[in-house]
Amino acid sequence: MQFFMYILLGFLLVCAISVSLSKNLLNSILVYMSYSLVMSIIWILLESPDLAITEAAVGAGVTSVLFFVTLKKIHAIMKAEEKEGEKKDE
Amino acid sequence: MSKKVSQEKYEKTRSYRMKQWFDGTRDPFLNTVEMKPQKVFSEDKETLERRAEDRKKLRERIYDTAGNTEVRVFRKFYRVASVLFCICLVVMLLAAVSGLPTFGNPGNPVNNEVAARYIENGLQETGAVNIVTGMILDYRAFDTLGESHVLFIATCTVLILLRLDKSKKGSHGIGYEAEEDRIYEPKNDVILQTVARILVPPIVIFGIYVILGGHLGPGGGFSGGAVIGAGLILYVNAFGFAKTERFFHEKTYKRLSFCALACYALAKSYSFYTGANHIESMIPLGTPGAILSSGLILILNICVGLVVAGTMYTFYVMFRKGAY
Repeated sequence: MQFFMYILLGFLLVCAISVSLSKNLLNSILVYMSYSLVMSIIWILLESPDLAITEAAVGAGVTSVLFFVTLKKIHAIMKAEEKEGEKKDE
Repeated sequence: MSKKVSQEKYEKTRSYRMKQWFDGTRDPFLNTVEMKPQKVFSEDKETLERRAEDRKKLRERIYDTAGNTEVRVFRKFYRVASVLFCICLVVMLLAAVSGLPTFGNPGNPVNNEVAARYIENGLQETGAVNIVTGMILDYRAFDTLGESHVLFIATCTVLILLRLDKSKKGSHGIGYEAEEDRIYEPKNDVILQTVARILVPPIVIFGIYVILGGHLGPGGGFSGGAVIGAGLILYVNAFGFAKTERFFHEKTYKRLSFCALACYALAKSYSFYTGANHIESMIPLGTPGAILSSGLILILNICVGLVVAGTMYTFYVMFRKGAY
C-alpha cells in the first residue's frame, strides 16, 4: 500500500509540474483533471471519503467543464476543420 | 384671493413670455444674439498625416527596446529579481513549515479537548453517525451557512458579469453568439446522447443518496449537490437548453436558493435560540443510523445540496450562454 501511495504522489508531482509547463491550454486542463482524480484517490487512502467525493465532483468534473467553456469563449479551442483552413490560408 | 387677469394683460407679463420660452413657441434669443451655424468636424490630409507620424514617433520612443537602455536593463533586472523573489519565498515558506510541530505527535496543540469532545460526545449530542457531518452541520453550522451564502453571492456576481441584455438577445449584437449556441448547441451527437441517457439518472440518484445519507456515511450537502450539478451539466450538453428550460429556469434557481437559504437560517436560528437559552429542543434526535435521525442535520443537508446544485448549473449556463 505504501508503494501504491508513492506512485500516486509521484504522479501528482508530475501532473502539477506539467500543468504549469504545458504550452497548450487544453492539455493543461486535461492534466489538471487527472490531477484532481489522483487527488481524490489519495483522499480515499487517507480515509476521508467525504473529501474524495467532493474532489471528484468539483475538481475533476465541474471546474474542468467551466475551464473548457471559458476556453471556448476566448476561442482557444479550435476545431480540426478551422485549423486546416488556417493552414491552407497560410 | 387671487385676481383673475384678462388674457391681453396676461400676454404682456414676464411669466407669459417665460411660459412661451418653455413651451418652445418663441425663442427670445432668436434675432438678438449673433449665432453661427456649427462647423462640421473634418480633417484635411495634412493633419492626418502629421498625426500618424506623431503616433509612430511616440511608439518608437516608448517601445524602442533596441536603443532604449533603460528598458533592457529593467528586463534583465526583472528576470533576476523574479528568480530571487521566488527563492526567497520558497525559503521562507520552508522555514515556516520546518517550525511546525511534528505531524501526528499526540502532544500537538491541535489535539486539544475540542477534538476529543467531538469524537466522544458527537454521536450523543448530534445523533449523526458520520462525525464529519455532525461537526459541519451541528457544531459549526454557522460556518456552513456562511459558505452557502458565499456560493450564492458568487452566482450573483457571475449573473451580473456574464448576463446578456434582454434587448440585445435577438439582434446580431453581443447576444448573437448566445442565440447561435441555443440553436446549434444540441448537436444530436448519438454517442453523447446515449451515454447521457444511461448515465444521468444514476448520477442524479447518487447525488440524492449522498445528500440524504450525509449523516450516516460519507457525503453531505456540498458533495451531493456538486454531483447533481455535474449530472445536470451533462444533460444540458447532450440534449440542449430547450429541454432543461422546462424544469430549471432563472426564477426556479432564485426561488430555490432563497427558500433553501431561508430554511437553513430559520432552522439554525431555532437551534441557536434553544441552545443559548438552555431550552430543550423540540426536535428529537432519533435513533442513530436511521435515515430520519440526528435532528436538523438532514434538513440542513438538503438545503445546502439544493443551493450547491443550482449554483453549479447556473455557473455552467452563465459561462456557456450568458442567459437562461
